[in-house]
Amino acid sequence: MRKLQSTSDMEKLRKELLRKQDSSKSCISICSGTGCHAYGSEKVVSAFENELKKQKLEGKVEIKRTGCHGFCEKGPIVVIYPEEICYLQVKIEDVKEIVSRTIKAGRIIDRLLYTDLKTGKVVHESEIPFYKNQTRLIFGNNRKIESKSIEDYIALDGYNALGKALSEMTPKKVLDEIKKANLRGRGGGGFPAGRKWESVCNAPGEPKYVIVNCDEGDPGAYMDRSLMEGNPHSVIEGLIIGAYAIGSHKGYIYVRQEYPLAVENTELAIKQAEEYGLLGKNILNSGFDFTIKIHRGAGAFVSGESSALMSAIEGKVGEPRPKYIHTSEKGLWDKPTCLNNVETWANVPFIINKGADWFKTFGTENSKGTKIFSLVGNVNNTGLVEVPMGITLREIIYNIGGGIPNGKKFKAVQNGGPSGGCIPETQLDLPVDFDELNKVGSMMGSGGMIVMDEDTCMVDIARYFVKFLSQESCGKCTPCREGLRHMLRILDNIADGKAAEEDIKRLEELSEFVKEASLCALGQTAPNPVLSTLKYFRDEYDAHLQGECPVKVCKELIQYYIDPEKCKGCGLCLNKCPTGAISGEKKGVHTIDVGKCIKCGACFEVCNFDAVSKISGKERNLKELTYN
Amino acid sequence: MENISLKINGKNVQAKKGMTIIQAAQQAGITIPNLCHDDRLEPYGACRFCMVEIEKNGRKKLVASCCYPVENGLAVNTKTEKVENIRKMLIELLLAVSPSGSHIELAKEYGIKESRFKLESSPEAPCDLCGLCVRYCTDIKKKNAVCFVGRGVDRTVALVPGASDGCSSCRECFDVCDAGKMVYLVDMLQEISCPPLKSKFYQNL
Ligand SMILES: Cc1cc2nc3c(=O)[nH]c(=O)nc-3n(C[C@H](O)[C@H](O)[C@H](O)COP(=O)(O)O)c2cc1C
Ligand code: SF4
Ligand code: SF4
Ligand code: FES
Ligand code: FES
Repeated sequence: MRKLQSTSDMEKLRKELLRKQDSSKSCISICSGTGCHAYGSEKVVSAFENELKKQKLEGKVEIKRTGCHGFCEKGPIVVIYPEEICYLQVKIEDVKEIVSRTIKAGRIIDRLLYTDLKTGKVVHESEIPFYKNQTRLIFGNNRKIESKSIEDYIALDGYNALGKALSEMTPKKVLDEIKKANLRGRGGGGFPAGRKWESVCNAPGEPKYVIVNCDEGDPGAYMDRSLMEGNPHSVIEGLIIGAYAIGSHKGYIYVRQEYPLAVENTELAIKQAEEYGLLGKNILNSGFDFTIKIHRGAGAFVSGESSALMSAIEGKVGEPRPKYIHTSEKGLWDKPTCLNNVETWANVPFIINKGADWFKTFGTENSKGTKIFSLVGNVNNTGLVEVPMGITLREIIYNIGGGIPNGKKFKAVQNGGPSGGCIPETQLDLPVDFDELNKVGSMMGSGGMIVMDEDTCMVDIARYFVKFLSQESCGKCTPCREGLRHMLRILDNIADGKAAEEDIKRLEELSEFVKEASLCALGQTAPNPVLSTLKYFRDEYDAHLQGECPVKVCKELIQYYIDPEKCKGCGLCLNKCPTGAISGEKKGVHTIDVGKCIKCGACFEVCNFDAVSKISGKERNLKELTYN
Repeated sequence: MENISLKINGKNVQAKKGMTIIQAAQQAGITIPNLCHDDRLEPYGACRFCMVEIEKNGRKKLVASCCYPVENGLAVNTKTEKVENIRKMLIELLLAVSPSGSHIELAKEYGIKESRFKLESSPEAPCDLCGLCVRYCTDIKKKNAVCFVGRGVDRTVALVPGASDGCSSCRECFDVCDAGKMVYLVDMLQEISCPPLKSKFYQNL
């Protein structure tokens, strides 16, 4: 490897790399992201290597291990170039056939293709509706490059923006471009990145620090991690450009220890960038010096909060600190510090390369560009999706997500991580951007998006998130620690049918209090799931007060019941019941002894005649009467 | 040091740059309720009793006065309905954890005898998790013998095994802890080697 001395030197290297890439040559690109890895992608890679050897194609066909493509539930994903044939859920047993039929004979194996319910089999990755309806600016390169190869990144115009910034732009001009683009932070609050950079730049004190926040502790969210794993250089490039604009010479990448692949690929990427002279002293002969260190964080959800994260890098306990003086003035070791999210940094090279005006063509008035969401829950296609800001929730859930599975109805979508709000069906046409989500009591947060169908109990959901947050609260400040404790107790009582109207008042009072009085944003946002469900699904809370769980989820409020009209007396449920609560003669009607029933639902699952049902509330009293 | 002038409860108050609101108030003879503030220690902002309403550029905001630095022209109100309600709620929540502790004086002051919230069990010794002991031992005594363990509702104060050998003879944290927790913890340590000490805390029980 040689140190690059200038931008023209880099341009030369890029041309060389492109020349070496023979675009007519077949390339098997195998996703090696965390999801596909868990489905055994590494074994598939070895199987391909062996098979190519066996079929004497070694050296004629290239193999690439890429980062996450976003459609992890269908992993391992294999894409064959130049045709871009996309095979899903590829197993070792499929490898031989893929090599002999697709690679050698150019034929397509239907069985491994994506099946669209309306249009049938889809051959090319980009035509799968899940991808087709996305705008993959930031995440798109993940699948085109080998995550461990800086050359792949450079060949795809990587580090071009850095070269441009260092050779053609003053730091002020870089800053102005980011400000003009109105790039807002992707990690939580949506604070304008340009303004943050400017305050760090103007704050007195040296040295100044820049930090990448790759803590990502939300359950179910993995976009930052996937970007860091799959395309670490895009984040590093953004960070160097930011440092240049701000006047910082030292950066940190805070990565959660539990993401070993992200740590590994980032470490390697830093080393590669150093070897090419893209990090270190006098980068590209510009006189600008910059180095990066990785900090491995021990995972707690709250460690991702900015002051907690900085404490942790300083070697102290990772707890939030009161910060009426912004971290942009007094951050890491009380020096001016700029902390941005992984995705925020990854946007920077695009803005510098293509300009703020180009960037502003995506998005809404006050939220520009795209956002990556982690779409999960009761939706047909789950995965990572990147969309322009302003797209509606309906478009994400139905066009990209493919709607709700099993013919069920949509009920709510929860946005922004554990402390986001639940948005009901009436708001599905809401354009997704920072301000619109706040208006309806939710937030962009990190970009978690959990879809819930009609079988979801909203009291149970509120309880689930409050429980998570009460466990993840650091416990430092009284409102968050004690307030959440009692909010959870009240929610437990509501779910158990032991609450009265005044408990809901108390819950509301506590929610407002925790929001106003807590020290950090964890507590300040923790009541969102409660307040939003109270706002949009109040009738469900009221039903619980009356002893009924309308969707029959809350165990204490339901009962299993066998409909004598429907029971055929097959005895299946009697055999399955672990506590012997069911009795009945063969071919006779079976009944459940409520006293012995532990509500495991085994009978409900096993009955072939739909004779077992869950009943709740008034219905329960009536049915109980008919039993006697 | 640069002089700063601000208004607290309508009264003109002079302060020095770098002071917090609570310090400026104290100097002017205005007390703001607090549990976790100690002038010898770095601002901590945990108990939230010291929250006050400030007005700046026409916008009102709630802040912790033990952390917020004084600014020229700042208007501070230490007793608005909002902040008083926050304090009352804090008292109720702490009473639910323990009927004794540092919050008792405040409960009396606010006339709160009972909490609407209940917990099944009280801790072995009352503690409001103000962290004065931890910070005193770590930052002033530099002994690191007291620490927090656990997260969220499980957070508690504990002695650091090995580091707390000198505790029995030091005991300076007894003075910073109004709740009695440290007396309890250090005496427990002592009990292992010698008969229990009849301390203030036990006499109060
Ligand atoms: C409890 C809590 C957890 C957070 N976790 C993360 C995280 O995992 N990643 C992240 O980028 N920001 C997280 N944040 C937001 C950060 O505090 C900070 O606002 C963000 O990293 C700033 O970057 P941005 O402006 O680019 O969004 C968290 C905030 C809170 C209160
Ligand atoms: S499952 Fe239903 S139908 Fe079958 S035996 Fe049990 S009660 Fe009868
Ligand atoms: S032991 Fe005392 S000083 Fe320490 S945190 Fe608890 S109440 Fe505060
Ligand atoms: S890990 Fe392969 S698609 Fe996400
Ligand atoms: S005294 Fe300010 S938060 Fe405790």
